[in-house]
Amino acid sequence: MSNRYIPHTQVDIDKMLKRIGVSSVDDLYSDIPQEVIFREEYNIPSAMSEIELRRHFQELAGKNRSLTVFAGGGAYDHYSPSTVAHLLQRSEFYTAYTPYQPEISQGTLQYIFEYQSMISELTGMEATNASMYDGATATAEVMFMMVASAKKKNRVLISATVSDRVQNVVKTYAKFHGVDLTVVPEKDGVSDLDAIKKELEAGDVAGVIVPCPNKYGIIEDFTGFADAIHAAKAALAINADPSTLAVLRTPAEWDADVACGDGQSLGMPLQFGGPYLGYISCSKSMLRKMPGRVVGATRDADGKRGYVLTLQAREQHIRREKATSNICSNQSLMALYATIYLALMGPEGMREVNEASAAGAHYLYSRLLETGLFTDPFGKPFLKEFTLHTDLDVAALNRRLLDNGIMGGLDLGNGLVSFAVTEKRTREEIDTLVKLIAEEKK
Amino acid sequence: MKIYDKLIFELSKPGRKGYELPKTDYAGNALKDIPSNLLRKEAPALPEVTELDVTRHYTNLSNKNFGVDTGFYPLGSCTMKYNPKINEELAAMPGFASLHPLQDEESVQGALELYYNLQQALANIAGLAEFTLNPYAGAHGELTGLMVMRQYHMARGDHKRTRVIVPNSAHGTNPASAMVSGLEVVEVKSRPNGSIDIEDLKPLLDDTIAGIMMTNPNTLGMFETEITEIAKLVHEAGGLLYYDGANLNPMLGKVRPGDMGFDIMHINLHKTFSTPHGGGGPGSGPVGVAEHLRHFLPNPRVVKDAEGRYHVTADSESLGSISTFLGNFGVMMKAYAYILSLGKENIRNVGPMATLNANYIKESLKDDYLLPIEGACKHEFVFDGLKDKSTDVTTLNVAKRLLDYGFHAPTIYFPLLFHESMMIEPTETESLETLDEFIDVMHKVAREARETPEEVKNAPLTTIVRKLDETGAAKNPILTYRAMKEACAK
Amino acid sequence: MSKIVEELRYADSHEWVRLEGDIATVGITDYAQHALGDIVYVDMPEVGDEVTAGEDFGAVESVKAASDLISPVSGEVVEVNEALEDEPGLINQDAFGAWIMKVRVADTAEIDALLDAAAYAKICEE
Repeated sequence: MSNRYIPHTQVDIDKMLKRIGVSSVDDLYSDIPQEVIFREEYNIPSAMSEIELRRHFQELAGKNRSLTVFAGGGAYDHYSPSTVAHLLQRSEFYTAYTPYQPEISQGTLQYIFEYQSMISELTGMEATNASMYDGATATAEVMFMMVASAKKKNRVLISATVSDRVQNVVKTYAKFHGVDLTVVPEKDGVSDLDAIKKELEAGDVAGVIVPCPNKYGIIEDFTGFADAIHAAKAALAINADPSTLAVLRTPAEWDADVACGDGQSLGMPLQFGGPYLGYISCSKSMLRKMPGRVVGATRDADGKRGYVLTLQAREQHIRREKATSNICSNQSLMALYATIYLALMGPEGMREVNEASAAGAHYLYSRLLETGLFTDPFGKPFLKEFTLHTDLDVAALNRRLLDNGIMGGLDLGNGLVSFAVTEKRTREEIDTLVKLIAEEKK
Repeated sequence: MKIYDKLIFELSKPGRKGYELPKTDYAGNALKDIPSNLLRKEAPALPEVTELDVTRHYTNLSNKNFGVDTGFYPLGSCTMKYNPKINEELAAMPGFASLHPLQDEESVQGALELYYNLQQALANIAGLAEFTLNPYAGAHGELTGLMVMRQYHMARGDHKRTRVIVPNSAHGTNPASAMVSGLEVVEVKSRPNGSIDIEDLKPLLDDTIAGIMMTNPNTLGMFETEITEIAKLVHEAGGLLYYDGANLNPMLGKVRPGDMGFDIMHINLHKTFSTPHGGGGPGSGPVGVAEHLRHFLPNPRVVKDAEGRYHVTADSESLGSISTFLGNFGVMMKAYAYILSLGKENIRNVGPMATLNANYIKESLKDDYLLPIEGACKHEFVFDGLKDKSTDVTTLNVAKRLLDYGFHAPTIYFPLLFHESMMIEPTETESLETLDEFIDVMHKVAREARETPEEVKNAPLTTIVRKLDETGAAKNPILTYRAMKEACAK
Repeated sequence: MSKIVEELRYADSHEWVRLEGDIATVGITDYAQHALGDIVYVDMPEVGDEVTAGEDFGAVESVKAASDLISPVSGEVVEVNEALEDEPGLINQDAFGAWIMKVRVADTAEIDALLDAAAYAKICEE
């Protein structure tokens, strides 16, 4: 029976069976109807040693290509200090369960408290939960949260400038849960306040979701949004990239009620799409409708400072079908990732990351326009990601870039291509990209 | 030992930093070109600390945690098995970690192959036709699985099936997932042993029932022996059977959910397939379905063509997307490594050894702890507190006393079927010696409850904090460092 | 033993009602506060909301439990007890003093259908 993860020797097994009073392990399964017992061999490979396993993974990795990334679309190739990954390998963190026993989980509880504090600093909002699965599901949960807060209203507006991937998930959740979701068409690449106001007139809107930066990379101007939305007794939610919030006007400064988004931009490895984390921050008035775990500071019997899971009466294990959400975990280790990253970077580092990314992006933007192959259809401010129009065959272009080890811009359709530049890209890499693209002219 | 009590913010000193970025030489400052009303007024008050500050701080925090690597974790329903280290190493391989999720599929064939192979392996282990790996966690898998259930009925034009049957002994997540997916919950009663009461079930099975959610073994660790009869009844009524994979571990090597008649299930890779719980996540909750439900799985899908190339596709009959990309890929890598490490030979032993361990503890402790349900359990079982009820010592007291002795507590006050529930799940990775140590300590606590009950009631006595004020925390929530400073200033 | 006030009316969901003219004052009973434990939050309706007998109008939360508040009467909320926002524990101190909302009832006959103290005491004993 024994292998490196199963310690039972035959002597052990015999001793245990004797204590239990049965003659074989199979006896412990005698209550199972014979016709459902699985007697075949599993159709999976034979056991591998570590040497074989490592070789197999290396073979698989050999079929992948690590590229110089100029694409974003919700996943950004930011730099992360070496220390983050090292500390994440502390197994007291990663082999722990959810902090149900606070006395022996103060490590987890405290870093979640620090995480909540840091995300609240970025969003400017009073409360942040312990994290959600990803930015898209966090946004869907925000939709539920706004409906729950508004009590008798069941309609939510989402701007068409929210990332399509986020929109798709929000639409799925709305369809099944029965929320009346309206996509408000964009105008000149940004959310259309006039169109939103028109929808608000019906008086049935619980909340409005807008993005910053949006799916084109544009930093939207939400002047007048909160006033109009609050006048209609609806909530304003901003889906924001938390990395950019170190420099951009915060959801709180826009007078939003909720902020949400994906934390991947806080240095997390791209890792083919996950694990990342979603975050939700909100104003105090929405706190009790916020889904997910929340950690609060308190004192122990001896007056010592400590941390506990709090506001648990909102959650599914108590409310069951009356809860606002079914979430019963968080992306805890990724929250630790974000916390350590933000601690190392600090306010200055986060400004530098944004400055360097924006500088690279604006340089690439200018160089691409210089080629004469691209035009800017929007002419609006951007940070690290921007969208241009081209008559080139984008798919063909990207295949050629791939041959040169480059992941080009994302094809958004209708001749639109979005590029992202982070602080990891060098001027030489950008020049190479532009040179390869310029060759398309011939 | 020095008690470390700092928050990272309290180490901050203006001007310190823990990073270095290369200097850039682009002309101008792109941030200054952005209209000022689109920029924040003040920088966020993040800590300003050095790399060594950060390293010491989080190392100190890690010392305040208990993990599977620290000691035995008999947490019922959570399957706290050992998390193999090779899995961590492999998941961090740059050849995977650097992949952008939207890279051309030609450049990620290795990742897609791994993804596809894991889908196939899980399908085989579960006895189902097809899996999606997109869901991020068990609860997310439940939600996705119930969406599949609804999508199936809607695709048939059967719109009146809006109710789902859930046992009253189920975990709160089941009814909450049903609610989120737009299904109304109908409770079916459990018998005293936690199994579904078929006589109570029959009248519920009308044409408004979309399906039933079950675990097997059930919440008490007992196998639902009438499962084939239940499956027949539900199918005849036009409903589908959903299997909550929380309790899959004891079934490995013995029974496949698909063979029991289940149509949809989720698997917690962080339980059955050894990926770390991470202090609450990231997990992964793949969802498997029977052949007739294949097309309803969420997009995107990973498929293999006749030439052996892998593709990311979307199915037009799909329920839609439930994740930004393809799910928690890093977690899947670890589960895949685990399955290959065990191989088809050893995976057969997982369930039986987990079951053996649970029964060994149960039989060893039933003299001191009240065992409400006799008979062979599977991977876990439930005590209804101490057998001697004259001492006033509660399950909570016992749980906290275990912390003093270096063990994690069992799951307590769940299931709700008993007042003093104490749910114990040892998993197959624990040795006989560890189980014996645990059994000794449990006996010792029972003895203390008789002889020095006050000591048990005051537990824990040796942890770094004890008896935290949860009421105060909930009444006046202090959720950020900023709020903490404001509260102190008052 | 929980306190029960003789002259009030009760719902079997553990709310009490005091009718004065057409204004019904509603709170939760001593039995209910006892069962919940330390109350940490009261989710109250807003003035102007319409409540319906038998439907929920808010919720009370303790650390590890939550309970919907079921309105025993129908009508318009004219006042809520704002003191509970800062001090939800007032309900634990004096459940019959710490009222939650006042409702202008449409049909005072609704009150007659509620339990009297003796009938409610019986429910608490069960």
